[in-house]
Amino acid sequence: MALDITKDNFQKEVIDSEVPVLLDFWAPWCGPCRMVSPIVDELAEEVSGQAKVGKVNVDEQQELAAQFRVMSIPTLAVLKNGKLTALEVGARDKESIKKLLDL
Amino acid sequence: MFDAIIIGKGPAGISASLYLKRAGFDVLVIGKDGGDLEKTQRIENYYGLERPLSGKELLDRGVAQAQALGIEVRSAEVTAIEKEANFTVRTEQGVSESKTLLLATGKSRIKADIKGLESLRGRGVSFCAVCDGFFYRGKRLGVIGSGAYALSELSELTRFTKEITLFTNGSPLTAQTIPEGLSIVPEPILSIDGTDTVEGVTTIERTIPLDGVFVAMGTAGASDFALKLGVLTNGTDLAVDSDFMTNVAGLYAAGDAIGGFLQIAKAVSDGALAAKSMIRRLKTL
Repeated sequence: MALDITKDNFQKEVIDSEVPVLLDFWAPWCGPCRMVSPIVDELAEEVSGQAKVGKVNVDEQQELAAQFRVMSIPTLAVLKNGKLTALEVGARDKESIKKLLDL
Repeated sequence: MFDAIIIGKGPAGISASLYLKRAGFDVLVIGKDGGDLEKTQRIENYYGLERPLSGKELLDRGVAQAQALGIEVRSAEVTAIEKEANFTVRTEQGVSESKTLLLATGKSRIKADIKGLESLRGRGVSFCAVCDGFFYRGKRLGVIGSGAYALSELSELTRFTKEITLFTNGSPLTAQTIPEGLSIVPEPILSIDGTDTVEGVTTIERTIPLDGVFVAMGTAGASDFALKLGVLTNGTDLAVDSDFMTNVAGLYAAGDAIGGFLQIAKAVSDGALAAKSMIRRLKTL
């Protein structure tokens, strides 16, 4: 299950994470995000233990969206050891998203 | 409410419409023009053509065949598609709804060649007003385009900001409805400027500072709709399964829009097979 990432748990769940973290920036009104969301959920199950998957609602988490300079959604970001290693805009299939994690 | 709306009146779209109609379903075909095929002078490699036909003639025959069967073929430009439980298709003339949708819009071979357009994509350059308008509340925006599609995108953006300039990039303005007082820059664009994010647009006459640029040149094609609906693509080809369905339930694609062998024979076959899958789906709804 993908985690709901907010500015309050961002440090603990993302920056301090011992495994790579995939973040899915989305919003409820965003059509293409609705297509990415189930793919990301499936991936969360598949990579469980090796990586973490989180979702950032840009409507509610505008500070986080601004921090990642998200100007288009869906945007997918990967962080390893607190550092950004990949940032992609637009819908992707599961294999392509998995590649971003580079496990 | 139609059972199926088909966007595109070329060989894939018309072929699909024939099968759907003959299976007893309500089908609407919407198409603006004949795309690439319309420009083809001589077709000699398609089944049954004793003498070569022009693309235009073959297209006209296809439309006439559909109409003879009682299928409505509407000449209109689709500016937006929305998906909730059903599909909503918008044109300048109005709105139609359907249970399934087939994208058979062909493939645009025109590539926008503006400096900064690709390099600043996702950094202030957007191709989807409904996805990204939110990030530009109260900001200064440019929309590049001159037709109904550009005005549809512009109208979506007015929910977020009033400061919008339309850049027609040297093309004549063809949209029918233009908001009063809209700021229009008609001359050709040299570049979209900015190092990290969009800072402005430079034309052959001036530089206009902007925070974002939305691109909506020409008519919206399959890949534009794909972007807005979250349809997965392989490059510019829409990705479909063996039933010609995209990852969006009920949304199918056929013909040049899904790539492969860009030939009439393949488009006709795609249309027939997509219709067969759509019929199967419609029977379960």
